[in-house]
Amino acid sequence: MTPLIAEALQTVMTDPEGLLPARQQMALSLGWHIVLACFGVAFPAMIFVMHLRGIRRDDQVALGLAKRWAKVSAVLFAIGAVSGTVLSFEMGLLWPGLMGTYGDVLGLPFAFEGLSFFVEAIFLGIYLYGWGRMPPRRHLLMVVPMAVAGVVGTFCVISVNAWMNAPTGFRVENGEVVDVDPWRAMFNDLVVLQFGHMWIAAYMVVGFSIAGVYAFGMLRGRRDAHHRLGFLVPFVFATVAALGQPFVGHLLGGNLGDRQPAKLAAFELAETTESPSPLRIGGWYDDGEVSGTIDIPYLGSLLAQNSFTEPVRGLDTIPADEHPPINIVHWAFQSMVGIGVLLMLAVLLFWAARWRRRDLLENRWFLRFCVVAGPLAVVALEAGWIATEVGRQPWIVYGFMRTSEAAGSYSGLWWLLGSTAVVYAGMTVGAVVVLRSMARRWRAGEEDLPSPYAPEPAGEERR
Amino acid sequence: MSLEVAVAAALFVGVVAYAVFGGADFGSGFFDLTAGDARRGAELRTLVDHSIGPVWEANHVWLIYVLVIWWTAFPESFAAAMTTLVVPLLLALLGIVLRGASFAFRKFSATLGQARLFGVLFAASSILTPFFLGTVAGAIASGRVPADGSGDRWSSWINPTSLFGGAIAVGTCAFLAGVFLAADASRGDRQQLAEVLRVRAVAVGAVTGAVVLGALVPILDDAPTLSDGLTGRAAPLVVLSALAGAATLWLVWTRRYAAARWPAVVAVASVVSGWGVGQYPWLLVDETRIVDAGGAEATLQALLVAVGLAAVVVVPPLVYLFRLTQSEEWSRH
Repeated sequence: MTPLIAEALQTVMTDPEGLLPARQQMALSLGWHIVLACFGVAFPAMIFVMHLRGIRRDDQVALGLAKRWAKVSAVLFAIGAVSGTVLSFEMGLLWPGLMGTYGDVLGLPFAFEGLSFFVEAIFLGIYLYGWGRMPPRRHLLMVVPMAVAGVVGTFCVISVNAWMNAPTGFRVENGEVVDVDPWRAMFNDLVVLQFGHMWIAAYMVVGFSIAGVYAFGMLRGRRDAHHRLGFLVPFVFATVAALGQPFVGHLLGGNLGDRQPAKLAAFELAETTESPSPLRIGGWYDDGEVSGTIDIPYLGSLLAQNSFTEPVRGLDTIPADEHPPINIVHWAFQSMVGIGVLLMLAVLLFWAARWRRRDLLENRWFLRFCVVAGPLAVVALEAGWIATEVGRQPWIVYGFMRTSEAAGSYSGLWWLLGSTAVVYAGMTVGAVVVLRSMARRWRAGEEDLPSPYAPEPAGEERR
Repeated sequence: MSLEVAVAAALFVGVVAYAVFGGADFGSGFFDLTAGDARRGAELRTLVDHSIGPVWEANHVWLIYVLVIWWTAFPESFAAAMTTLVVPLLLALLGIVLRGASFAFRKFSATLGQARLFGVLFAASSILTPFFLGTVAGAIASGRVPADGSGDRWSSWINPTSLFGGAIAVGTCAFLAGVFLAADASRGDRQQLAEVLRVRAVAVGAVTGAVVLGALVPILDDAPTLSDGLTGRAAPLVVLSALAGAATLWLVWTRRYAAARWPAVVAVASVVSGWGVGQYPWLLVDETRIVDAGGAEATLQALLVAVGLAAVVVVPPLVYLFRLTQSEEWSRH
């Protein structure tokens, strides 16, 4: 662990005082929000499929599931909305240097993201409260704008992040930002692939998480149509996503060596330039030395450069003050890839077995794996974000602005971080308690779950 | 009209919309908090839940709209305001988080104890949030946000204009909520509840009106630039607000709740617009003019495209949502 601590210490010693807490604050609030954002993006599509099945086939099981999922989404979307608002504030509060200088370059996609959030929130309200109050088909159609808005919103937010990795749509002349073209900044070179990667990730996270809930129920012996369908629909979504993700991820990483050599070198733990580069699994980088890795020859060049000979540029060719914290980036990247490959193999196994007429849902070990697949997908998601974000350091706008220049000069940011951790922990506990109590009441046969505003006798007034 | 002013106008439309629609949602927290113990307050709390449930998230997005347009169109002034006003903004943010989360949690609480806990959090944060946002408005309007963001972290928002701004924000929110909740109760055939709300809404409205008018006195002294505007260019709006407020009270008192919603909206929209028109042409009063604050021209043009798109894509469904929630069918559950 010592290299990690050394890395952290070095960061603390060389950077301005407010930088580290600001980065941790951003990491906490973004890392928390991104999980809920996934539900905002991918859940509506799954609800739509379930609801559609319910209406088309007059399938009461499917309708019941869609109804429950809608209620769950009401809770998740609410905390997603407020934690997203936190990020809007933090953009200005924590990074005044970034927003003051580049606000008019990077802001446009946020404006469109705001529009899609509007659409999502409006139709969510209509859909959630429309059960039994609208003609069924029209009611179902209300999910469509929600799902579309989720996709557009993802594109817009990712567009900003892609711009930070591959800044474009402006020039810097004598320290001034000139020739701003916000459309070019929004549709930068990286946005399509980075969007694809995140969009698919959202389906993996939500698909595996929801399927895992019903896998858990089956482990407890609840093997009815309700649990099978509740498992299968999200699992099919997760399957498509898990199969596609390695390819999209590979394409995204395709020219990383040209764009951000330091990030690629940290991913691959390339201390020197070797031709061909091996794939280094695990290990540590400490003071210019790499140790403890399992090396597979050729594979590094093959995966990172699509070539048997072209090397990964070594860290020794890059000035030390432009190195990201290498071990964090390396381990985060490899965790993401490792989990991604594992999940891909698991879905392949499931469908291959099914093709051979074996149902793995009868296998307790497979069910157990499905229960942890959701959390694993979340870990992969977080690891991926850590890899790309920490890997971009010390830059906030790659090649143009260092993160230290973007931070504000506040004291007391550690207090803010502490309070945020407390509030978010409270919100997490609240959500878990409420969602579990909903599941418990559903199992007990309640359907509508009215909230108890009064002691029992007054309950008669509720309809 | 210059490009900068056009974008600033679009931005301010968002401020007014947030004050009116978001405000009505926040204001319901006041009635929730003062509804009495669990038994007596159950009916009112159920009504609050039902009234703002479908709309609060959509209304909340106006705030995002305002932030996004502000930082994209006027980035330096945004950074300056965020840096100087970090304390009230963080407190408002805390309120926003607690309000939204505990509202959703309360709706699906399993026990009365949980519903109580989340209910108190929801209601209290619904009152604190508009207060702190009001102090932010007061800070900008009284010229306490320097263009370089170096304003005092405390006196910038603890001063007469800010504190009255906060009080006005809380009052107008509660006033709007009272009128809308009374209308909802009456439409849902809960006349007894409507009666209770009628009295409270009139009381809240009268107090708020008095605070708004009374605030003019210290503001004249504390914020000269704003008060020049309020007594000059924006005077018709101040008068309109007073008239509409009085009309609302009269309509509520005579139990014409549905009709009272319109003048209530006009009263709040015009008092907020009065602030905007009053501080024109300043973005940060006495510090930065709107025309000098704009970011890149191409970005301002692109933002107007986004605003135009919003008018086409967002407004019709928003109207549809409001029509549904204000219909009789949706009120009878």
